Amino acid sequence: MTPQPNALELEDLVMHFGPVRAVDGITLTIPKGRVTALVGESGSGKSTVGRCVVRLEKPTAGVVRIAGTDVTQLTRRQLRQHRNDVSIVFQDPAGSLDPRMLVGEIVAEPLRLSGKRITRRDREARVAEELGRVGLRAEVARRYPHELSGGQRQRVSIARALISEPKLLIADEPTSALDVSVQASVLNLLADLQRDIGFACLFITHDLSAVEYLADDIAVMYLGQLVEQGPRERIFTRPAHPYTQALLAAAPVADPVRQRQRQPVLLGDDLPSALDPPSGCRFRTRCPLAFDRCAAEVPAQVAFGGGLAACHLVQPDGTRPDVRAAADSSEVLS
Amino acid sequence: MTTVERAAASSAAVGTPVLDVRDLSVSFTTEGGTVSAVDRVNLDLASGEIVGMVGESGCGKSVTAMSIAGLLPDSARVSGSVRLEGTELVGARESVLRRVRGKEIAYIFQEPMTSLNPVLTVGRQIGEVLQVHERMSKRAARARAVELLSLVGIPSAAKRVDNYPHQLSGGMRQRVMIAMAVACGPKVLVADEPTTALDVTVQAGILQVLRDLRDRLGTTILVITHDLGVIADIADRVVVMYAGRVVEQAPVTDLFAHPYHRYTAGLLAASPTPGKHAGTERLQEIPGLVPVLSIQPDACTFADRCPAADARCREAAPPLEAVGTAVTDHLAACWHPCPAPRTQPQETTA
Amino acid sequence: MTVLSVPMAEAGPAGISRRTRVLRRLRRNPLAVVSFVVLALAAVVALLSPWIAPHDVQQTDFAHTFSPPGTPGHLLGTDDLGRDVLSRIMLGARASLLVALLAVATSLIIGVPLGLAAGYFRSWDAVISRFTDLLLAFPFLIMAVGLAAIRGASLTNAAVAIGIAQIPGVIRVVRSDTLRLKALDFVAAAVVDGASDLWVLAKHVLPNATSVILVQATVAIPAAILGEAVLSFLGLGIQPPAPSLGTMLASAQQFAARAPWAAVLPGVVIMGLALAFNVFGDALRDALDPKGDRR
Repeated sequence: MTPQPNALELEDLVMHFGPVRAVDGITLTIPKGRVTALVGESGSGKSTVGRCVVRLEKPTAGVVRIAGTDVTQLTRRQLRQHRNDVSIVFQDPAGSLDPRMLVGEIVAEPLRLSGKRITRRDREARVAEELGRVGLRAEVARRYPHELSGGQRQRVSIARALISEPKLLIADEPTSALDVSVQASVLNLLADLQRDIGFACLFITHDLSAVEYLADDIAVMYLGQLVEQGPRERIFTRPAHPYTQALLAAAPVADPVRQRQRQPVLLGDDLPSALDPPSGCRFRTRCPLAFDRCAAEVPAQVAFGGGLAACHLVQPDGTRPDVRAAADSSEVLS
Repeated sequence: MTTVERAAASSAAVGTPVLDVRDLSVSFTTEGGTVSAVDRVNLDLASGEIVGMVGESGCGKSVTAMSIAGLLPDSARVSGSVRLEGTELVGARESVLRRVRGKEIAYIFQEPMTSLNPVLTVGRQIGEVLQVHERMSKRAARARAVELLSLVGIPSAAKRVDNYPHQLSGGMRQRVMIAMAVACGPKVLVADEPTTALDVTVQAGILQVLRDLRDRLGTTILVITHDLGVIADIADRVVVMYAGRVVEQAPVTDLFAHPYHRYTAGLLAASPTPGKHAGTERLQEIPGLVPVLSIQPDACTFADRCPAADARCREAAPPLEAVGTAVTDHLAACWHPCPAPRTQPQETTA
Repeated sequence: MTVLSVPMAEAGPAGISRRTRVLRRLRRNPLAVVSFVVLALAAVVALLSPWIAPHDVQQTDFAHTFSPPGTPGHLLGTDDLGRDVLSRIMLGARASLLVALLAVATSLIIGVPLGLAAGYFRSWDAVISRFTDLLLAFPFLIMAVGLAAIRGASLTNAAVAIGIAQIPGVIRVVRSDTLRLKALDFVAAAVVDGASDLWVLAKHVLPNATSVILVQATVAIPAAILGEAVLSFLGLGIQPPAPSLGTMLASAQQFAARAPWAAVLPGVVIMGLALAFNVFGDALRDALDPKGDRR
């Protein structure tokens, strides 16, 4: 075992926007070359975590370490030396490419910003190579973004993100805006590239099913905090936290027979606000299993199945709650 | 399971259709020329049926839905026929359409926030619909609004009725939209991507509400979605659209068990489903893109992306015909339908 | 297969830029074409007027005062001093357009950087916005009078006064577009890759803001033409006997009953120019609207 630095370490990351507690104490590690999916629904703060990592936001507190370097307190100028270590791909394929630039200019921009002296010719060669790697033809470099389809634009974004050979890629819902068949091809592309190049990846998504093929580990966020993290296999087969269980149970499967046999887990849809999160466990207001202790006491992160879970009902010995049992007794709606 | 039984029951008890769409074609005139969005679509909705219409963006599913009650812009050219219990809606006068819209056919859109007026309480907004269409008094309308809100599963409806839209969560707002839509007891409810903007834990509740409406009020529902999971959950019958045409149509279990059209099969294989594939397996891709057509050709429009396409597919458009055993009402428009049934869904209890 | 447009890179010739698209749309809009032709003609006439004007604009001819339009040698008649109205309109339009262009250039040179800064840098926004409010609160005519009092009434000073009055509009438009662009992901992507503020502003924000700046300019020009007319009418702009559309209106005022053409014709030209600019500005805005692509 060689002591290599982790690709990303977050220590108690906090990001408050005024009174809004978007991210409230996240501790997460991504080892070199591994893919961690950060899963959460709208308002969970998952995208803010990504923006803190690439320092689009300066965290309120906590530490962000990229490839062993603490970048939390660096100024923008100092940060520039480390910009090549991390790249980001955004969700919206329409907004993430400058409409006034040719695809070639867009993909080459990180090279020009890196400050290294490269001839124009070399730069164009690198762009062509990178476009080829994401499955686009070199001619695409002379197109404008609006001439491309959503999937092609997302490939351009990926090419741009990878041209500086980052050690860590932040993928912020890269496939959520795409059609099913296109989504499949982009997910496959990311998986292939990750295997070939070996970058580490923080894959931010609201869709658990999208990461089954990609992620080594999964971390689940709810209202600014991690409720559970662990190896993919275990999260899918033995989810510990009631929220993770609800997420898995709520995503409908494309199979009517199975789907209609499944026990529905209906959470209330009144999401608490990040301005004033509930006391104790933040999930307690929607949790079918909540009891007195959940309001009084913040659950600690308990070691569970190779990861952690923050629930009073989870024990390190493998005991875990089952939301379906609770849903059974109170399945009535309205 | 009860739902599956119900699906079977309702498709068996098909009487006269509530909504009958015949040869509906829609095209738009744009700067770049004419764009054909919908091509000779036939569709009938039986009373109390939930029909799912599925396809990717650009397949014409939303345009079909909008043309049903004349919600299309002026640049649209519509031909064919849409009959609601015998009343022709294509080319009908605006006064007829106005009466039909909201009262007989109701719509739910994807964005619950932009469809609600931010400066009126939800009670007022639901009440207004009732005052206009049902000529109810203000007080009666309010009482009915409270009833409707609890019908769609909003807890403490008597209090919520005085809330403004911004005081409600996304899921609550969509429930309010549904309450408004069903306020006048419409015969047909068209839900265009009703859960796409919502979180998955909220989506389940909304789908439950739609199912409840059908069970309690007997509302006929057309659900438009790109999400096969939603279809699997809620639809009795499925209509698959591609590039403006219906390519396959079948009862939900038949369609998922044995998709005949190559596009349907590709779509099913491409959608990630937890537990369906092993961890390392790749998702299946459909190469190429949905074409944008100016004139619908006499050919299969999926041919360029289809693994089974040959010369015949490019020379003649396949008709939408019964496939498989003659007993089922499974239709597909394909010259080379998928032969072997997909592996039967395993009866795992996850 | 009649495939109209496959949204793939294979479709059509490479790199159909936004510019070509916008130009194509303008060409298809008859109002845009007409207003553009009017403006182009006006520009050519104004540019060449010192050489193509049939008469010396200052040459008086007391034998032929108040000749009506159609008089041989004086197509549009003469004024109270027997000066040729056509020649004076040609040179007057030249002066008006010059003032308008100068004014708009002034407002853009000062307004665009301030708008960019206000939209991009949070800390500057408050200061610049107060400055904008101050300018807006300051009556335009009083400022023009003040400027004329200090520096004398002249074409340049009229242009400067009008230009200053138009700065707030430019700042607002550029600021709001900068705010919009700043929030877009391609700006974030550039920042993540280590772009400096200057790089982001020059390479991403300004190029994408040009369309709104262009529209703002075409709308500001007719306002400036009218502003010049007002100032010259009040004697704060171009000084007689040099012709401007405003001074012509002012001096023809007294004889409006005897020689209505001397007042009406420059008025019509002012209106025509302002209208043409406004119509063209609207058409340009429509053509630049990305949503206009749909239907």
